Amino acid sequence: MLNGRGEEMIVDLQAVCEIIEKHGYQKASLIGILQDIQAKMNYLPRKALVQVAKSLDIPLTHIYEVATFYKAFSLEPKGRHTIQVCLGTACHVRGGARVLNYLENRLDVKSGETTQNLSFTLENVNCLGACALGPMMVIDKKYYGKINPKKIESILEKYQ
Amino acid sequence: MGPPFKTISDLRKFRQILKKSRDGNKPCITICAGTGCQATGASEVVEGFRQQIKDLHLEEKIEVRASGCHGFCERGPLVVIRPQMICYMNVETKDVSQIINETALEGKIIDRLLYQDPLTQEKIVQEQDIPFYKFQQRVVFGSNGEIDPTRIDDYIAIGGYQGLEKVLSEMTPEKIIEVIKKSGLRGRGGGGFPTGVKWESCRNAKGKEKFVICNADEGDPGAYMDRSLLEGNPHRIIEGILIGAYAIGSEEGYVYVRNEYPLAVSNLTRAIDQAKEYGLLGRNILGSQLNFTLKINRGGGAFVCGESTALMASLEGRVGEPRAKYIHTVEHGLWDQPSNLNNVETWANIPIIINKGVDWYTSIGTQGSKGTKIFSLVGKINNTGLVEVPMGITLRQIVYDIGGGIPGGKRFKAIQTGGPSGGCIPESLLDLPVDFDRLQEAGSMMGSGGMIVMDEDNCMVDMARYFVQFLQEESCGKCTPCREGLQQMGEVLNRICEGNGRDEDMELLHDLSQVMMDTSLCGLGLTAPNPVLSTLQYFRDEYEAHIKEKKCPAKFCKELISLSINPEKCTGCTACVRVCPVEAIAGEKKKPHQLDGDKCVKCRACYEACKFDAITIQ
Repeated sequence: MLNGRGEEMIVDLQAVCEIIEKHGYQKASLIGILQDIQAKMNYLPRKALVQVAKSLDIPLTHIYEVATFYKAFSLEPKGRHTIQVCLGTACHVRGGARVLNYLENRLDVKSGETTQNLSFTLENVNCLGACALGPMMVIDKKYYGKINPKKIESILEKYQ
Repeated sequence: MGPPFKTISDLRKFRQILKKSRDGNKPCITICAGTGCQATGASEVVEGFRQQIKDLHLEEKIEVRASGCHGFCERGPLVVIRPQMICYMNVETKDVSQIINETALEGKIIDRLLYQDPLTQEKIVQEQDIPFYKFQQRVVFGSNGEIDPTRIDDYIAIGGYQGLEKVLSEMTPEKIIEVIKKSGLRGRGGGGFPTGVKWESCRNAKGKEKFVICNADEGDPGAYMDRSLLEGNPHRIIEGILIGAYAIGSEEGYVYVRNEYPLAVSNLTRAIDQAKEYGLLGRNILGSQLNFTLKINRGGGAFVCGESTALMASLEGRVGEPRAKYIHTVEHGLWDQPSNLNNVETWANIPIIINKGVDWYTSIGTQGSKGTKIFSLVGKINNTGLVEVPMGITLRQIVYDIGGGIPGGKRFKAIQTGGPSGGCIPESLLDLPVDFDRLQEAGSMMGSGGMIVMDEDNCMVDMARYFVQFLQEESCGKCTPCREGLQQMGEVLNRICEGNGRDEDMELLHDLSQVMMDTSLCGLGLTAPNPVLSTLQYFRDEYEAHIKEKKCPAKFCKELISLSINPEKCTGCTACVRVCPVEAIAGEKKKPHQLDGDKCVKCRACYEACKFDAITIQ
């Protein structure tokens, strides 16, 4: 796997093994293991997945199937900050799509993509469960409610 | 005689001691620290109170409690001062010292932080007198404000785990099932299947072992009651699951929580650890024959995993694809063993039914739907938040008495219930009593409890398109009718919204819907046409306007509108300039502005920002 600058990224296989150890070597632990790898490394490096396949004795294709089915996983490195824009119904009726459009223009990425400098990954999610405050977005688990372009600018400044 | 408790009487004695040690008259500042209030700064307010109480050495005199969600998320952060139940709204850190000095210490009321009734302008002091709360019946949700969800002692002190004590000491599993059946409790996740019947089938099914599962994969956009229950009162869910496990004969359970709910996961994880420490999970619970372990699984962000068979596949570490249900999960579920799955709110009802009894429970609700239901009342409504109401209340009462009507003097258009599987209910049906059967008759459904209010500015064809696109993205793709049907419906709705609709499109949408309802594999595909069919039924004129006249009556669909500024009304206040994301509006201050139609992306931000009605949409 190459990072944004085209360099080979180092994968800490020791950490991967520790995660597998913690969950136990059963197939049922797969999703939990992948979640922890994703949380630790910000994506699922191929080398890590090969290690998981070996340790759990399941085919790599099966892991690929799971890793691409669930939205929580990414096979590409993500940015240092993840911006999630809510497009749930409550946010939709209050203009959630407009927030996403604004951020897409502002960061020059489409939803699901990461900025060139690996600062931000922009995502849309279906509901963040804070519907009273729509439209809303979450940056690295911090919630921002009733946002508009002006607010977005001042929020983004904190993450530059 | 502390934990772990080896017998029921140990726990009872512990509760008595707890109750005695707690002074009901000691001032307690309760700050709502649910996700909604945290987004408006509740964590800082909690920290502010804790720090100042410490600095002033008032720890003995005043208690500070960060509680779960109170429901009125619109006005957060919410602060309630007990025992007088004085309720302050939109509290900021700068208000902290005044609240401590004046209200908590001297009992004086700070007028500016009170709720003001928008109709009468009257200020309201106590939480229970505020219209938003007054018309609710908060049976399940009410105790959120009384406890700190990170402290098991708080839950025990308000009578927590008494339901478990009762079933272990005086009820057989059969008796519990009979009680739940008689209570008329129906699944709160949306299906509405009688809970007691499900339990009985699972108890009677043959298998090596049995599993109980709590479905907390609350995926319906616009619904967040399960999150607030898990965050605000996790022990009640655990207690409900324990009672279910005992009735069904299960020794292992799972809670499947949405990946997007980190606070719920952390509060529940802590609660499970505490329950283990107190001897409420593990072997020979409270000295009985009951052995039970409970584990948490985080979802991977897939809507379809809310479907029971898909959820079980995900628990097994596979992709969350549903399977046909002619083999019931109560017989062959997780690991092919009998498995009983209920939703968070259903589990939360169980201890209440056990404690308060069938007669009390069945006195609430309608013939076919007993008890209360929590709804998230959101969208174009004044008082947004979580509301718990008795089944049978009318939509009008929810929207106007509790919700306070539509903001900005706009006209109510529709209310969407049941999430992507539900439908849009028009104004003419506002007097509909809300229960499982009435909503279904109206072409919608209860769903998990999202209620999204829409006003005249929302286009109903666009709403149908929104839900179809949502489901298209979330369809697992396993069965053809759902995968392809949604794709086709999406294309048809897209072209209608873009002004390229054809005369036969409405018919085509009907036909596609019929095929999907007849042939899809799981609930997602079977109910996916509901948003389309209900809007076709109640808002046919809007579809016709799009198709025949190429007009969007709500002036919402981008391709069918253009925006301009009325120079006679424009005061040059620059409000529109500031919100325009593409700098399409220019002009001098205090002089009428101009809008550049070529740059305009028709996002309507200016229209909503303008206080002088100067933005015209054609």
